[in-house]
Amino acid sequence: MKIIQLFGISAFASLAFLGSCKPKGTETAVSGDAAEKVYVAPGKYDEVYNFVSGGFNGQMNVYGLPSGRLLKVVPIFSVNPENGYGYSEETKPMLETSHGFIPWDDQHHLELSQTNGEQDGRWIFANANNTPRVARVNLKTFRTEEIIELPNSAGNHSSPFITENTEYVVAGTRFAVPTDDMNGDVPINSFKENFKGVISFIGVNKETGDMNLSFQIEAPGVNFDLSHAGKGKSHGWFFFSCYNSEQANTLLEVNASQNDKDFIMAVNWKKAEEYLKAGKGRKVKTQYAHNKFDESTQTATSKMEQEVTVLSAKELKDICYFMPTPKSPHGCDVDPTGEYIVGSGKLAALIPVHSFTKMLKAIENKEFAGEYDGIPILKYESTLYGEVQKPGLGPLHTEFDGKGNAYTSFFVSSEVVKWDIKTLKVLDRQPTFYSVGHLMVVGGDTKKPYGKYLVAYNKITKDRFLPTGPELTQSAQLYDISGDKMKLLLDFPTFGEPHYAQAVPASLIKDNQVKFYNIADNKHPYATKGEAESKVVRQGNKVHVYMTSIRSHFAPDNIEGIKVGDEVYFHVTNLEQDWDVPHGFAIKGNQNAELLIMPGETCTLKWVPKKPGMWPMYCTDFCSALHQEMQGYVRVSPAGSNVPLTYSLNNKADNAKSPVKTAVTK
Amino acid sequence: MKNNSLSKLSKILLITSGIGLIISIFVPIWAIYLEAPQYPEGLGMFLHAHKITGDYEIINGLNHYIGMKEIHQEDFWEFKILPYALGFFAALAFLTVFINNKKWLYFFAALFLIFGVAFMVDFYLWEYDYGHNLNPNAAIVVPGMSYQPPLLGFKQLLNFGAYSYPDIGGWIMFGVGIILVVLSYLEIKSSKKVI
Ligand SMILES: [Cu+2]
Repeated sequence: MKIIQLFGISAFASLAFLGSCKPKGTETAVSGDAAEKVYVAPGKYDEVYNFVSGGFNGQMNVYGLPSGRLLKVVPIFSVNPENGYGYSEETKPMLETSHGFIPWDDQHHLELSQTNGEQDGRWIFANANNTPRVARVNLKTFRTEEIIELPNSAGNHSSPFITENTEYVVAGTRFAVPTDDMNGDVPINSFKENFKGVISFIGVNKETGDMNLSFQIEAPGVNFDLSHAGKGKSHGWFFFSCYNSEQANTLLEVNASQNDKDFIMAVNWKKAEEYLKAGKGRKVKTQYAHNKFDESTQTATSKMEQEVTVLSAKELKDICYFMPTPKSPHGCDVDPTGEYIVGSGKLAALIPVHSFTKMLKAIENKEFAGEYDGIPILKYESTLYGEVQKPGLGPLHTEFDGKGNAYTSFFVSSEVVKWDIKTLKVLDRQPTFYSVGHLMVVGGDTKKPYGKYLVAYNKITKDRFLPTGPELTQSAQLYDISGDKMKLLLDFPTFGEPHYAQAVPASLIKDNQVKFYNIADNKHPYATKGEAESKVVRQGNKVHVYMTSIRSHFAPDNIEGIKVGDEVYFHVTNLEQDWDVPHGFAIKGNQNAELLIMPGETCTLKWVPKKPGMWPMYCTDFCSALHQEMQGYVRVSPAGSNVPLTYSLNNKADNAKSPVKTAVTK
Repeated sequence: MKNNSLSKLSKILLITSGIGLIISIFVPIWAIYLEAPQYPEGLGMFLHAHKITGDYEIINGLNHYIGMKEIHQEDFWEFKILPYALGFFAALAFLTVFINNKKWLYFFAALFLIFGVAFMVDFYLWEYDYGHNLNPNAAIVVPGMSYQPPLLGFKQLLNFGAYSYPDIGGWIMFGVGIILVVLSYLEIKSSKKVI
């Protein structure tokens, strides 16, 4: 049974649960008034913002609910040629790491900032799974403002979950690895002695959102999977699910599925803070990038940090405790009261619910079943509140509606199951199409869920949309959970591969939007705050073009005297001061992307011309009726030629307004 | 002997007018609103006694397509005069009450009406100048088209709907004008009765 592959389990499931959870098919699943409930009339706003992780596209997709309309793709860990993120000189530093510039990552989970356990609509945090990083996106601008890399980590999966006042964003390593101050060049069969599972606590500044890596906890070398902070009564604790307590290092699908129970690790982070203050940590020399985007200069900088403080869970006995949890737990979710901790064993046919109160008592009474690599294991019965029996097969994630109900996704039996937290009784089940991974209730992991809607993010789409060859769209399904029974309302396609998502009532975000940047506040070193200031400056083989754009021309719009071998930097300032008037900038043959410059902003595109000729440049954003006229040329001469550097705007001899200017050389 | 002193009503309304005119120095006098498909939220421009506020810079940006001149506060000599003119009329209102003479009221009324008409004529001329004096090299030249905003009310100008209305200060000025006319009429009537 343990080694049966998923499809085997699937077949088994449909037999075992025949009649109870057999998918009913679309026709019966959608009720008559579904269309009305998702219809948002032209010109009307959606009720809710839905932030959906992009998975292997490395970005965050923003949808409106209940319509399922895509509003924006926010680039975080992947370059985005569409708006120049990762291509412009200003944003390149955002993707710097200790391994150098990385144009991609795998973005799994998102978490909105909270105050008192409720969403405050200020920031959203995102994890990078492959090269461990955590990012912060400002929800006033929908821009990535900060990315911090995580040392001693690999596979940053149980991240970026937060404490109830956004004191910390956490990150648990999915791959146990030797810490950075150890020699990593070791044989794989030395796993048990050399590999560690490190948990990071990233502090968040209350006012600015600035992150810093406050401390790490060195835990046994298991695979940390997901996590959630305690809230209310359990504030001060963090819970991490983990698998592979077998510490297998090959054919994990079999060898990491041997133990009947793995763990949820409870971390007393308030205690960890005390130990940190008392100087109990070990300073580990390492290197990790810390990248920040400064809105006043509109420029990102990357700094390489050198050190992190690591607390040992083995030595400091009362930070970490293991709660046995059946069958490779994945989801690790805490209910709105903070009392119940729900673990979802990927291979389990039940859902265990731990009680925080019982856990504290068990710790106090030392009800230990033993130790795992120096960490006390609490007795299963001592922390267990109860088990939801026969909920379905392959539970993954649980969210809450604030009315005493929990909703769990089931990958194998492909359904969402609603159950009562107190009685542990199953109340309702609805099929998903197909194989749901994460699910989300609006505000569903906070103290005060908004409820109303549940979205299932499915792993298999099959026949749900018009087919597009072997690579199909991804899919989300919207359910109305306001009544006793869940009602499927809508399918909508998503991009990349959605994992965890967050949603928040639109009112918390929509009125705070920055509409444009005040040009008077633009502190970009190459800003050009008016056409009169436009110029071209040569510094050796570097040429800086101080360019402006306004409907519907660039200044300057013609440049001559560039030579092969030059590095040309177009610093384009958008002079507009109105909402929704971006200008674009692109030049022929550039081995780079375009710029998309917001009003009042300055962006820089680097161009290294390879051949002599006349190279057109133009505005890529349809900015006005005369957008197509928004163009110019750059004349490139062979290396060593003596064409003088000149630039001009409107320089026709018969209506000269701006005379041809000779460029400045430094 | 004719009784030339003012009625109680006249005194009260004159003092009210004086206060109103002082207020009008500090509030917008005239408002121009523009609406277009691209500007569902509308663009507003407000003329005060001494300045322009609102979205006039955005309007300038849009107007360059059709070759309209840019609107700049410094170009209006009126802004230097208008606060004093309004102050002068407020003072005149109080003075009329103080002197308590119907002839002063008639004089004040006549002078204010001339001022009001002059204000509107001046406003019209500015609008005419902006609407007709177009750059011949503008990107968009529609033969025969001018862009003079309405003096009062609504007018469609290409894709823009333009509205022009008095704002608080303007309404006060209108009100003061009407009060002065009505008071003069009443005072003349009462003078004739006495005769
Ligand atoms: Cu443009």
